[in-house]
Amino acid sequence: MDHLPALQVVLPLFCAPLCAVLGRANLAWMLALAASWLTFLISALLLHEVLQQGVISYAMGNWPAPLGIEYRIDSVNAYMLLIVSAIGAIVLTAARPIVDTRIRLPENKKPWFYAAYMLCLTGLLGMTITGDAFNVFVFLEISSLSSYVLISTGRDRRALTAAYQYLIMGTIGATFILIGIGLLYVMTGTLNMADLALRIPQVSNTRTLHVAFAFLTVGVGLKLALFPLHLWLPNAYAYGPSVVTAFLSATATKVAIYILLRMFFTLFGAEFSFKTMRLDLILLPLALIGIFSASLVAIFQTNVKRMLAYSSVAQIGYIILGISLASLTGLTAGIAHLFNHALIKATLFLALGCVSFRVGAAKLERMAGLGRTMPWTMAAFVIGGLSLIGVPLTSGFISKWYLVVGALERGWWPVAMLVLLTSLLAVIYIWRVVEVAYFKPPPENEVIREAPLALLIPTWALALANLYFGLETSLNAGVARQAAATLLGVTP
Amino acid sequence: MATVFGYFNYWVVVVLMMTGFYVVISANNLVKKLVGLNVFQTSVFILYISMGKIFGGTAPILVEQPVVYTNPIPHVLILTAIVVGIATTSLGLALVVRINEAYGTIEEDEIHSLSEEESL
Repeated sequence: MDHLPALQVVLPLFCAPLCAVLGRANLAWMLALAASWLTFLISALLLHEVLQQGVISYAMGNWPAPLGIEYRIDSVNAYMLLIVSAIGAIVLTAARPIVDTRIRLPENKKPWFYAAYMLCLTGLLGMTITGDAFNVFVFLEISSLSSYVLISTGRDRRALTAAYQYLIMGTIGATFILIGIGLLYVMTGTLNMADLALRIPQVSNTRTLHVAFAFLTVGVGLKLALFPLHLWLPNAYAYGPSVVTAFLSATATKVAIYILLRMFFTLFGAEFSFKTMRLDLILLPLALIGIFSASLVAIFQTNVKRMLAYSSVAQIGYIILGISLASLTGLTAGIAHLFNHALIKATLFLALGCVSFRVGAAKLERMAGLGRTMPWTMAAFVIGGLSLIGVPLTSGFISKWYLVVGALERGWWPVAMLVLLTSLLAVIYIWRVVEVAYFKPPPENEVIREAPLALLIPTWALALANLYFGLETSLNAGVARQAAATLLGVTP
Repeated sequence: MATVFGYFNYWVVVVLMMTGFYVVISANNLVKKLVGLNVFQTSVFILYISMGKIFGGTAPILVEQPVVYTNPIPHVLILTAIVVGIATTSLGLALVVRINEAYGTIEEDEIHSLSEEESL
């Protein structure tokens, strides 16, 4: 039990090469599946332990911090670990039919897909769990490199250029983070985050530290697709295989946002980030422009996957908006939306995976009549869509509610109005899909059947989770509030 | 003069960084972009290595009396970053090979116009 924090990362890491050498896609899938559900179990145990007893500190290899690498788990990253491992496990459960048919890899290379998936999971969990700044960079690169590989396995040849573009942008982002960490090390002489948090205030008036802050913000901003830095995202999500898109959209950008939170609130402190550097003045407009423009662009897309990719950029805007409020309610909204948006987008992209499994590319015109021919898939899509819009009784409503309350608390009622207004834009683009699927007749000359159960069950599990967490909010809103309080250093 | 020569390494870092960054943005050829990316990353390696060095410092070996020594940690860190850089470059080049097979070109504007035709 004492070694759970290490197992959280080591288990999927060891599983990756095993998947690769197993040689048969089915065996590799089963091994990866077992490992990913075990990591989910571990993260659930860790969250339970953190909520009961407070912060867990684990010295990797028994080398004590600050010299050794420390894994430090508080309510913020325990919550993130749960999101990442849960989505990783559920999406992997659905992966087999799609990997078998809709991935451009020869049969003998398919086990490598699962190896890359496991490495990506390792990287994301590692970034979340570690308490060492340089370790974050290493795990970031593990997850990034494997996600470039995963995206490039899409059937469309544009997946290759999308992966290449992502590689260039992602590496620039990671290098910026590396520069930032280096400058922090120069000024403080430590890489341990808890140690950094103590020493940064002593040097917070130096220009080097300001530059480090800027580099880190821009670098992480690239990884999380903050509005003007989001250009890699739409193509990568649109042309990558559906399972990969479902997994990455729900986890990769979220973990990057977690890094941003850690940096702003734990390392530099809210006082420095929002009072000295006036980050709110930068983040708030970017978030609002991002929400507005990405939602508008989403309305005009004919590829539904691309439409949802733009919607992801907009949703990231909501999360950043919550963070830029820098209040307990605002931060709760942002962190709760991390959870809710992960559920929403995983549901929607998996439903699209079902669609493309039966009808080929997820083009809008190919979805005509799917409401009749694939009723279960489209019902799951509609639930996800409602949650995306933020209809009451769905999980999306919870985070929008906190966001509006948070904006009103600060007296920024135009911001609250904009949140409601942009939700209407989401209604428009979800409605376009619903209209085509339910009110247009299915094509007469071809028979389209419902997606196989292996895909439908995970999709529905996620759709039902959207409804469940809309009513039972102790996990998404309750723990989010506690996490926000931890970050701000106040009592919830 | 002291600012020019005293910080010579850092000037090199800045020049290399901007050169690499410019090449990444402006190059049309996908391989040249990767070369630019490499130069960009290398500049950061030099930044790390320079900041660990102390003039007159010795190797960090445990001896009887206290001495000035060079901090080895940035150098070790950058070994990791170099490995990451190699992995990134090789993956990038592998992708370029696949792009060349799929499109028959590695010029960005030509690939772009081919992709545009597809989405119509």
